[in-house]
Amino acid sequence: MTETQIEIIKALQGGLPLSDEPFLEAAQKAGVPQDELLAQLRAWKDDGTIRRFGAMVRHHPAGYSVNAMGVWNVPDDRVEEFGRTAAASGAVSHCYQRPRFAGFRHNLYTMIHGKSREDCEEAARQISEQTGIADYELLYTTREFKKASPVYLISEA
Amino acid sequence: MDDLDRRLLNIAQADFPIAARPYRLLSERLGISEGEALERIRALAESGIIREIGPSFDARRLGHASTLAAAKVPPERLEGVANIVSGFPQVTHNYGRDHEYNLWFTLVCRDAGEIERTLEEIKARTGISDIHELPAERVFKLRVDFRF
Repeated sequence: MTETQIEIIKALQGGLPLSDEPFLEAAQKAGVPQDELLAQLRAWKDDGTIRRFGAMVRHHPAGYSVNAMGVWNVPDDRVEEFGRTAAASGAVSHCYQRPRFAGFRHNLYTMIHGKSREDCEEAARQISEQTGIADYELLYTTREFKKASPVYLISEA
Repeated sequence: MDDLDRRLLNIAQADFPIAARPYRLLSERLGISEGEALERIRALAESGIIREIGPSFDARRLGHASTLAAAKVPPERLEGVANIVSGFPQVTHNYGRDHEYNLWFTLVCRDAGEIERTLEEIKARTGISDIHELPAERVFKLRVDFRF
């Protein structure tokens, strides 16, 4: 990464100012012309380095307050099929394969959102029926201790 | 939040203009003035619905490493341990969950080595040793937008 790229990322930490020319202020902070900052951000968005640029929302839409982390024990040769099926569920926001560990046999993770626990349970039941994977648990959130944007700790070297 | 706020929020989440006058472009799509678009966004930020406006980077494409971690914490120590964990800038999300592994948090670090060092420091500072590192091996879905 170039020095300029690092300065641009740092200038955007914590978000844009809420003003009518926010990118101009960010560019001044980064010490680059606004055109260069805009071109770099567009290039990053085009190549996927920036997955999304925009407003980050703290809360789920009104009512969608319950979230359950579904953990599933899926045989290795069925991971692909399970992942695609679970990802197609509208209630699922994230779906990852992760390593098992001693005492924890689950290897697929689905973040499920609903208006109630019953909604989450129903969404999980549907995924279970569609995939035939019956060995799963729903871990409900009891406390949200932190939810923040990453601080990109750019190496100074 | 009225209908216009909802439409504004849906556009501003997925398609915030990367341009010199972003609120002018947003306002043109909604048929309102530039000033009103900015004022509505400010109000949504003040009421806490919008956390910030900016980029979501693909940490891996920036050369960063990320992981989920699961910790087994004695229930009576959960809040104290969670607060120590949350204090690390590398920790982006940190949730209590109703399971034997009752604290789940995500780390974004500049490389794999920093993940290891951070987890070791978390173990040392909390005295909790039963912490597992669970990096994503495959991503099947990652949705960041919420429709209003």
